[in-house]
Amino acid sequence: MIPEIGHFALILALLLGVIAATVPLYGAARTNGRLIALSGPLMLGQFLFVAIAFAALMHAYLISDFSVLNVAENSHSLKPVLYKISGVWGNHEGSLVLWVLILTLFGSLVALFGRALPPSFRARVLAVQAMIAVAFLLFMLFTSNPFERLLPAPLEGRGLNPLLQDPGLAFHPPLLYLGYVGLSVAFSFAVAALIEGRLGPVWARWVRPWVLLAWMALSAGIALGSWWAYYELGWGGWWFWDPVENASFMPWLAATALLHSAIVMEKRDALKRWTVLLAILSFSMSLLGTFLVRSGVLTSVHAFAVDPERGVFILILLGVSIGGSLALYAWRAQALEPGGLFAPISREGALVLNNVLLSIAAAVVFVGTLYPLFLDTLTGAKVSVGPPFFEISFVPLMSLLLVALGFGPLLAWKRGNLSRAAKLLWPAITTAFIAVLLAWIIWGAGPVMAFAGFGLAGWLLGAIAVDMAQKAQIGRTPFAKALRRLFGLPRGVWGMWLAHLGLGFLVFGITASESWTVEKLVLLAPGDTVAVGAYDMTFQGVEPVAGPNYTAVRGQFSVQKNGAFLTDLYPEQRSFSSPPMETTEAAIYPLIGGDLYAVVGDPDGDGRWSARLYFKPLISWIWLGVCLMVLGGAFSLSDRRLRVGAPKRKAKSLPQKPLMDPAE
Amino acid sequence: MRPIVWVPLIVFAALAAALAVGLSLKPRDIPSALIDQPVPSFDLPPLWDKGTGLSNTDLASGDVVLVNVFASWCAPCRIEHPFLMDLAREGLTIFGLNYKDDPEDALAFLGELGNPYKQIGADRDGRVGIDFGVYGVPESYVISGDGRILYKQIGPVLPQNRAELRAVIEKASAQ
Repeated sequence: MIPEIGHFALILALLLGVIAATVPLYGAARTNGRLIALSGPLMLGQFLFVAIAFAALMHAYLISDFSVLNVAENSHSLKPVLYKISGVWGNHEGSLVLWVLILTLFGSLVALFGRALPPSFRARVLAVQAMIAVAFLLFMLFTSNPFERLLPAPLEGRGLNPLLQDPGLAFHPPLLYLGYVGLSVAFSFAVAALIEGRLGPVWARWVRPWVLLAWMALSAGIALGSWWAYYELGWGGWWFWDPVENASFMPWLAATALLHSAIVMEKRDALKRWTVLLAILSFSMSLLGTFLVRSGVLTSVHAFAVDPERGVFILILLGVSIGGSLALYAWRAQALEPGGLFAPISREGALVLNNVLLSIAAAVVFVGTLYPLFLDTLTGAKVSVGPPFFEISFVPLMSLLLVALGFGPLLAWKRGNLSRAAKLLWPAITTAFIAVLLAWIIWGAGPVMAFAGFGLAGWLLGAIAVDMAQKAQIGRTPFAKALRRLFGLPRGVWGMWLAHLGLGFLVFGITASESWTVEKLVLLAPGDTVAVGAYDMTFQGVEPVAGPNYTAVRGQFSVQKNGAFLTDLYPEQRSFSSPPMETTEAAIYPLIGGDLYAVVGDPDGDGRWSARLYFKPLISWIWLGVCLMVLGGAFSLSDRRLRVGAPKRKAKSLPQKPLMDPAE
Repeated sequence: MRPIVWVPLIVFAALAAALAVGLSLKPRDIPSALIDQPVPSFDLPPLWDKGTGLSNTDLASGDVVLVNVFASWCAPCRIEHPFLMDLAREGLTIFGLNYKDDPEDALAFLGELGNPYKQIGADRDGRVGIDFGVYGVPESYVISGDGRILYKQIGPVLPQNRAELRAVIEKASAQ
């Protein structure tokens, strides 16, 4: 009964969506206030019905109702409760329900908190949001019904892929969807603005918090996924340039560019056409990612159950939404008034360079991901593009970006002075040199690019410090006053520093772990000791252990440094029975200087066991860096300027001109 | 008029066309390397104590037979099972390969839905499945009278596959 209620709720949400996508739009065109006012309640209604459907599906999972096909194929009665819950979105149909739930949630947030928006504009935004919801609800109801029955019901379910039974991965998809779907708000804002034909700095201020929110969720989601790959897949890698990873990385790059270009638009009324295009492209990349994952055009470890009918449906959906919005763009964008002018060497110029580099990076990922498909289409050859292609293209792009990042915040708007900025930046050159020296002292020899990476990260950290000192006027005013000034700077500025600092940590982490990892592949008998970098690991043997829904072999390694006991590592090899599968659980001991990482393999029959032991220097700095970036996003989001209703308050306090331009 | 604003739309149109062609290519159509090859040699124990197991010599019986890979934990197996029962009633010999399953669960499965299989081999660790190149459960193989694999179906065998299956079997029987 409950699954039928869920199914019915989806149909009702679809009907509401059809009304919400058309009537308020007509109302906005005719300036009919009553029709315009319908848009908010209609959006909340859609959210309510999708939430009912989601709850019904969740209920079926929690009570293990195997008469629902989706539950029978993806759940198991003995599974821990957390994974029964995460099982809801661990499959194609259920993840679509979550997708639409988040979509309507964002729509409802716009309806509730977008009171500062002009009513007709808000109605148009919500109508576009409803159109997307309608498309996905149609897709769900016609090709991927999550409530399909399976009668007679089996006694037991198939079980969730054991690799996915992991707390990190339980929350990876919801976060990623928050990011993907959050970008739909930017898309709806862009399309609504193109329909109205009006676009100015205030638009950039409206759209920025939504992009920030989506960007934070997307960053966290991608990081969580890579962290999961690092400790669960058991070979110490954390990023594989897999098509589905790339599908999440492309919208991230586009959203990062959008965050920066929106600043230019907000401050200087420039780059309008480009910013609106980025808003459309960011969400288009999300949709494209959905297509790549679910249509089966590219093979990937992430692929869901593949069905060509679904692929055709998503392609039509893509064609209508992306094609439609780009056609609207082509029609309306040329009418937009060009905004403020600026010299190439200026804050705007630096942000344009940022956008150019990030866009090229996104294009590189795009080409690398889709090239195999194009080649297959044109010549029938089947190839795959590997990490070397991406590394060769990314290293120079990111190096240039890091160098420019040092200068950008120090340049003035409109016309900057490059040589003045260069003179100010001598401490950053010093920190770059110190970072290279430290790497040389710690690791001695290494690839040239590794030292370059350290130099760039050191440069970035130094440049942030210079910028802080400049903005606080340290050295030019008494220290106590400068300090007060520093902490009195807008949170958006602090957000920028934190996010850029995070990037610096990320570069340190990637460079060190890629260049100086110590890896040992060994066969060990109990009692054997292996030296891994500065650490001695002694194999103590293995013992069988039983988990809630698996059995495992657990190895024990005692780690010593300079003869002093440090810790024990317990890597496991787990065997699941439903579905039958083996997984490795790496044992990781994180230190500030790097991670100790141990994986136990198979016995060789002579009482020895194969093992892989690593020391990965600074690898946890990668995730620390992303945490800082997300924190920076949160700081920026809490800036008064962006807070809900802020434009109104700002209008009142307009005469009080800020002492300085808040930079991002 | 600024032609540049049309560029995104044109690029997207080209992309959409390529994706449409890409959809029809089906990179997952993995041809079985074993088509027309003799079945791999194996000898599996029975599912229950007094039953008969299954080995490759059973398959080269002189008749065209169907080998069905199934498991109690597999939901699509439940969907295809009634059709397998029909096929067995119509006189087709079906052998079962019980893949990575608990014998008690498998027996409960057959007790509930009926047993269309002439003989069943219990492939508890899935090794024979690997030799057959099993890609997912369920899978079915049409085996010729001299023990060669003629045809492989990935996923459930359903009434809509009847004509195709019939054609393969009749062609093989005629030889």
